[in-house]
Amino acid sequence: MATNSLFRPLQGPSSTPARSVKIEFDGRALQVQEGVSVAAALLSAGVSRFRTSVVSETPRAPYCMMGVCFECLVEIDGQASRQSCLVQVRDGMKIQTQRGPRALTDGTEAGNE
Amino acid sequence: MNTSDLLVIGGGLVGASVALGAARSGLKVTVLDEDDVAFRASRGNFGLVWVQSKGFTLPDYARWSLASAQSWPELSAYLKERTGIDVELKQPGGLHLCLSQEEMDTRKERLQWLQDEVGPHYQFEMLDYDELRKRVPLVGPDVVGATYTPMDGHTNPLKLFRALYDAAGKEGVQFKTGCGTEDISYANGIFTVKAGGKVWQAPKLVLAAGLGNNKLAPKVGLYAPVEPNRGEVLISERLRPMLSYPTNFVRQTDEGTVQIGDSHEDVGFDDGTITSVLGGIAKRGIKCFPILANANLVRAWAALRVMSPDGYPIYQASESHPGAFVVTCHSGVTLAANHVMRIAPWIAGGAYPDAIREFKGDRFLNKNLVFTNGH
Repeated sequence: MATNSLFRPLQGPSSTPARSVKIEFDGRALQVQEGVSVAAALLSAGVSRFRTSVVSETPRAPYCMMGVCFECLVEIDGQASRQSCLVQVRDGMKIQTQRGPRALTDGTEAGNE
Repeated sequence: MNTSDLLVIGGGLVGASVALGAARSGLKVTVLDEDDVAFRASRGNFGLVWVQSKGFTLPDYARWSLASAQSWPELSAYLKERTGIDVELKQPGGLHLCLSQEEMDTRKERLQWLQDEVGPHYQFEMLDYDELRKRVPLVGPDVVGATYTPMDGHTNPLKLFRALYDAAGKEGVQFKTGCGTEDISYANGIFTVKAGGKVWQAPKLVLAAGLGNNKLAPKVGLYAPVEPNRGEVLISERLRPMLSYPTNFVRQTDEGTVQIGDSHEDVGFDDGTITSVLGGIAKRGIKCFPILANANLVRAWAALRVMSPDGYPIYQASESHPGAFVVTCHSGVTLAANHVMRIAPWIAGGAYPDAIREFKGDRFLNKNLVFTNGH
């Protein structure tokens, strides 16, 4: 995982530094800016790989950042396939890479055909 | 003044297919496309390349659909070679899921009739629930059975659209958007079209304007009484590949998206969605494949089908305005191969395809006939 992010938060009008919250991504603790989306938080923390695609399992990262493209899916607090660009970070949030398709039923992956 | 050999009014799948085929026959073609205010059936469809049970009451339509499905691999290979775009054609055969025994009986009767009319190569199988489950293990217990025909398949209709545009562009076709037709006139063998604030001229004109053909056709001595029929669909998140066959209600794309259809609504030119209709579509989709109950939906939309009174296409050359043609149908995906390879060469000056003699728009002028949708 890259540590130098391509993205930097814009400096607001006030010189007061933004408050931060603590989240966990794939077991690693991250200190991120409060009030931003999970996608923005992970990008600014240098995360470049959010999930692998459903069919070909190639790596994916956020694209539209506005809820349309479904490229930024991650697992948040145990719930798979969340759109990280639409969810605000919360202190203590546990996030995981989304690997391939989420299970459609408990314990059973969809389709063994 | 903009001059071409052929003006195509309508930049949907039908117009793009005809334009591509005509350009391949050597014509200089200009396509006049309205704008995003148009109803754009080509952007909203289900993507089936479908033959099964089409043409009950008119076997020529079954033959026409079958011929196109059989030519589809050639079209797909050509588009791949010319544009690099894989339109994701898969023709594993298709399943029509039946939710009652009565429906199974009706379908058996219809498919048998079609086979008797078309010939033994029109193959079909009746699958009871157990047999169906062997092929599609995820099918739900409320499904009574299915009919299977090996000639059916599906494609990615948006990629098809893009590939047709790209290939046509490479063949020299000019696409002009923002060009809704304001007026058509005809003098001395030349059609003059006012569109998009400009004037366009050509000795040949094809009306491929979908629902717009209804009003445009009489301007050049043709008749195309097409009406809108609304269909709504649901789109799931991408799921693990689990459906090996397209079905009449549910199909899964190459990327994993499950598309769940559909409705048939007579609501005029309203292309909005309605929650109750979408709910019904979701329920039926879950009945067919219960595992979908847990899938997230990411989109829903409605589109307007272009339906003639009997559901079959309209292909006709104008007698009063030589050089004018109307080409319109509901199945712009299934019939794309025929439109590129059979209709376009005819328009470009080749022989009349005998296979389309039943599809003249004039058939609807016979007041003694009552039409029912046999699509």
